[in-house]
Amino acid sequence: MTVASFSALAVVTAAVLYLLALSLHALEWAMARHVEVSTASVATGTKGGVAVLDKPSDTAVRPEKADMYGRMGFSLTILAAAVNVAGIVARGIAAHRAPWGNMYEFITTAAVVVAVLYVLGVWKWHLRWLGLPVTLLGAVLNGLAATVFYVAVAPLVPALHSVWFMIHILAAIISGAAFSIGGVAAILYLVVARAERRGTVKGYLAMLPGSDGIDRISYRVLAFAFPLWTFTIAAGAIWAEYAWGRYWGWDPKETWSLVAWVVFAGYLHARATAGWRGTRAAWLAILGFALFWWNFIGVNLVFAGLHSYAGI
Amino acid sequence: MAHEDAQEDTVRGADDTDRLDEAVPPDGSVQPEPEVDEDGLTADDPGIAGSRTRRPAAEVAPPGGFVGSLKFAWAVLTSMRTAIILLLLLAVAAIPGGILPQRPVNPFAVTTWLANHTKTGPFLDKIGMFDAYHTPWFSSIYLLLFVSLVGCIVPRTSVYLRALRAPAAAPPRPVSRMSGAVSYAASAPSEELLTRAQLAMRKRRYRVRRVGDVVCAERGYTRELGNLTFHVALLGVLMAVGYGSLLGHSGSAVVVEGQGFSNTLTQYDDISAGAAFNGQLDPFSVKLDAFHVAYETGPVQRGAAREFKADVTVTTPSGTRADSIEVNKPLSIGSSQVNLVGHGYAAVVTVRDGNGNVAYTGPVVFQPLDSNLKSVGAINVPDARPQRLGLQGYFLPTASVGQMGPVSLFPEALSPELFLTAWAGPPKAETGQPQSVFTLDTTGMTQLTQNGDLLRLKLAPGDSYVLPDGLGLVTFDGWKRWVKLQVSSTPGMGAILAFVLLAVAGMAVSLSVKPRRAWIMVSGGEAWSAGADRVDGRSGVGDEISAVAAELGLEKPPPGP
Ligand code: HEM
Repeated sequence: MTVASFSALAVVTAAVLYLLALSLHALEWAMARHVEVSTASVATGTKGGVAVLDKPSDTAVRPEKADMYGRMGFSLTILAAAVNVAGIVARGIAAHRAPWGNMYEFITTAAVVVAVLYVLGVWKWHLRWLGLPVTLLGAVLNGLAATVFYVAVAPLVPALHSVWFMIHILAAIISGAAFSIGGVAAILYLVVARAERRGTVKGYLAMLPGSDGIDRISYRVLAFAFPLWTFTIAAGAIWAEYAWGRYWGWDPKETWSLVAWVVFAGYLHARATAGWRGTRAAWLAILGFALFWWNFIGVNLVFAGLHSYAGI
Repeated sequence: MAHEDAQEDTVRGADDTDRLDEAVPPDGSVQPEPEVDEDGLTADDPGIAGSRTRRPAAEVAPPGGFVGSLKFAWAVLTSMRTAIILLLLLAVAAIPGGILPQRPVNPFAVTTWLANHTKTGPFLDKIGMFDAYHTPWFSSIYLLLFVSLVGCIVPRTSVYLRALRAPAAAPPRPVSRMSGAVSYAASAPSEELLTRAQLAMRKRRYRVRRVGDVVCAERGYTRELGNLTFHVALLGVLMAVGYGSLLGHSGSAVVVEGQGFSNTLTQYDDISAGAAFNGQLDPFSVKLDAFHVAYETGPVQRGAAREFKADVTVTTPSGTRADSIEVNKPLSIGSSQVNLVGHGYAAVVTVRDGNGNVAYTGPVVFQPLDSNLKSVGAINVPDARPQRLGLQGYFLPTASVGQMGPVSLFPEALSPELFLTAWAGPPKAETGQPQSVFTLDTTGMTQLTQNGDLLRLKLAPGDSYVLPDGLGLVTFDGWKRWVKLQVSSTPGMGAILAFVLLAVAGMAVSLSVKPRRAWIMVSGGEAWSAGADRVDGRSGVGDEISAVAAELGLEKPPPGP
């Protein structure tokens, strides 16, 4: 087996593993369907004076089976992430360059970053409750990569021979991964906040940290992603200045990056404004998340700009 | 339920904001004496005040009189809500230009689009949709946004400066009665504990003061500093960009191998310059000695470019040197930057006229149409006699004739061919009107035919073709490459970069610093602590206070009955 075919196989395997992990998390949700009250609240007692809301209960009564499936799902996610990483490293070895030169490579790396951020989050902030959406992201991203965006290993076109390009694209991948986590968390927020308003928090929703806690996690991830996205755009502009002699030219890619950026700036302002915080801010986060992927996939496929990334 | 208690504890619940908004007088000013609400938030809050002191514009009733309405307009414009709406408007207004082709970027695509959409096209054109970023509606949105930004920065700066000098906030209520307060059994004399608590909080970089038997501690002042820095830097970016586009210029010229370009206005094929551009160009010339291109020949991405390199000779007042330009390695000469932005083929042709004289000889630039460099071009021979001549058609680097007519199979000139049609007409006085280089103006000319069919020439390098009716002879001598060089100057680029970096840094600080307040009260053998995370989406003051309590040897009493 060549290194290149190992890489391709690893990505497909990772997609399948994420899918299995997703099924386990789905079982976890299903097993928790009888939970009536928020078990999360049991754990949010006072700790040194201020409630700690972003930690769901580890000690409270969780249906044992749900917990077991959750842990199995998480272990499988780690395995999937490891296989995913192996696939990307092999891709870089096969191509003799950083593996971020086309949409396939971008998407598979983004999936890895999502998984790594999630694993870090589980470790530091008890984010295992994000398992279902995160494994969904992993399965969808790798699945799309392997089916729609696959291209064989090849060198880069001259326009991409630039350190700034590599910095730019890596920053874009990491911000994209973080926007995705923030986005799915914002979706969960809307679901839970709605249930809370209607007083129907039960089942797995009751095992989530409560809308405030979800909102806080979503914000933290986006607050990490936003400066990085700003930097991504700036690094892209520096690269454009070298490559095309203008740092900004309203190329469709540039334009849509700015649109996403402005929407996230709107999100940050919304969070600080009465009447906009909560639901409306969450919608802005979701809009920003959608715009990011539209900018990456839609714009690449629909508009032919200067970006050599355009087209698969 | 514990869940709800916790919600009350989070300092910035939704109602919290509303309360603050109401606490502020209608003119948006801030009370001189910090008035602390029950959870420890003051209207004078650094890091929050900027947003909090702004009343929702909709709730401010417009006062009478001219000055009143002006004040009202200003209050509306600088409110946080307006900022959000303007930001979202900006996002929406940027979209059409991200969908429709734009004249400054791709005029050719605009022409094609207009030709294909004769119904909607003219209307969209009229409202500036094909140059969306220079329209009044787009400009007014971002200008309003920046006015709003200034209106936001100024008051927030003075609030911040005052907050910087303010001592750590006192507890809004007795610590023991604050929500989320924790009580302990005091393990040592009150004075000793209080002193040690002060030290412990200082060590954690809190600003600390004693008020009676309470240690008040506060940290996180840099958050607002970062935030202000970010917003000011944003203004800086806009001004530096404006400066650069007023004074800068950018132009391009096609240069064929063996030919040169000297940096004077007349040598540009097109140029755009800022309103304040003084016409001063760096004196230099660039000669294109050779252009190297390599294409992928393997099975994967066959035909993709692998190398572009232009060998050039650069002449400046200080001398001549050999240099090269690559896609990511532009030339810097004085304040100008020379980029390689395009390339293609030029057919070298010789046209003899009906009288046997050479009416044209030299390279003719063909414009690439696709990735295999099928290129279109025209050979205009106005000096041919007795009839002036014109030829137009395609240059195909790797020619093949498919069902759809002639195509190129590979971008490298492996088997180049010219496919041309020919036109002739009576001599015409020079009109001086500019003509497209790539298409022939056939007015006053007739297309040549042979045996009743339209005449089509198919030439390989070295081939000649005798035109019918003794009109002349066309020879395809060979081909050369051309490059499109872009020469640009953008004053103030360093400032743009500096402001962008400052903005990113300010934002990173602002989004990562966690402003907190903490209070520790010791009296009569008992101790209490309470704290507040003062920024939405941040938590952890509780953990920090627990750590301090542990350090002080304070013990939580066993949970009561
Ligand atoms: C050009 C448009 C603007 C952009 C792109 C922008 C962007 C941002 C960003 C990214 C943040 C979060 C980062 C940080 O806290 O430093 C922020 C926060 C903030 N902005 Fe703006 N801003 C703009 C205009 C304004 C205006 C006009 C106002 C005043 C009404 C304003 C007031 C604020 C305030 C008060 C915060 C802090 C929010 C908080 O406490 O979390 N901004 N802005």
